[in-house]
Amino acid sequence: MKPEDREQEEVRAALQRTFPAGETELRRDLWPSMLRRLEEQPGPTVPWYDWVLAGGVLAVAVFFPKIALLFAFHL
Amino acid sequence: MDLLTRFREGDLDAFEALFRQFQGRVYAWIVRIVRDPGIAEDLTVETFWRIHRARGRFDPGADFGGWAYRIATNLALTRVRRKRREEPLPDDLAPTGGRDPDPALRREERELIERSFARLPSRLQVAVTMALIEERPYREIADMLGIPEGTVKSRVFRAVRILRKQLQGMGVHT
Repeated sequence: MKPEDREQEEVRAALQRTFPAGETELRRDLWPSMLRRLEEQPGPTVPWYDWVLAGGVLAVAVFFPKIALLFAFHL
Repeated sequence: MDLLTRFREGDLDAFEALFRQFQGRVYAWIVRIVRDPGIAEDLTVETFWRIHRARGRFDPGADFGGWAYRIATNLALTRVRRKRREEPLPDDLAPTGGRDPDPALRREERELIERSFARLPSRLQVAVTMALIEERPYREIADMLGIPEGTVKSRVFRAVRILRKQLQGMGVHT
């Protein structure tokens, strides 16, 4: 056996002593939890920069109402 | 229309069928990485929730299982990393002084091995868990992680080197 293989075998044995193989079988059906998670699903979130942009547009409309006429002219 | 196409179009029955087909395998994969059944159950549900949310981007001709395993692996790795940040490891690791049949010393040795393992980068932890503890074939690990088989081998090799060096430094003889 090559030295690196022996090294690997020794580490494998040490790890298996420390972390014995656990149960990997699922004990219950997770579909009910999945359904609850889907029902909790929030609506589409609005990113922060969209709120900033909307606030900016609102501020312009409040402080410079005549600008609306400029936009209307170009429509 | 096949199951994957129906799933992509938002059919809940198709999603349920896929969920039931894959939940056990996804759970088994996650629990091997996180080693905690409760956390593995939560992460399994989270995996499928993300799958459901991203269904519109899924190509029905692609491998659903591979996609699910990659999402599951990323979530499990994130969990392992977070756990390591939440539970910082003490630096004052005492050496055991070698093999000893005394159960207290064996326990101490086990704790040292656990701490050395927890210090490994999470990608190496996953590779070594799958290859050496769970003894999964390299090919399977590579497919699950979406990386070449050679990368899995080199991660295991690096992890073995690091573990051996750390354990020898602590006086633990593997």
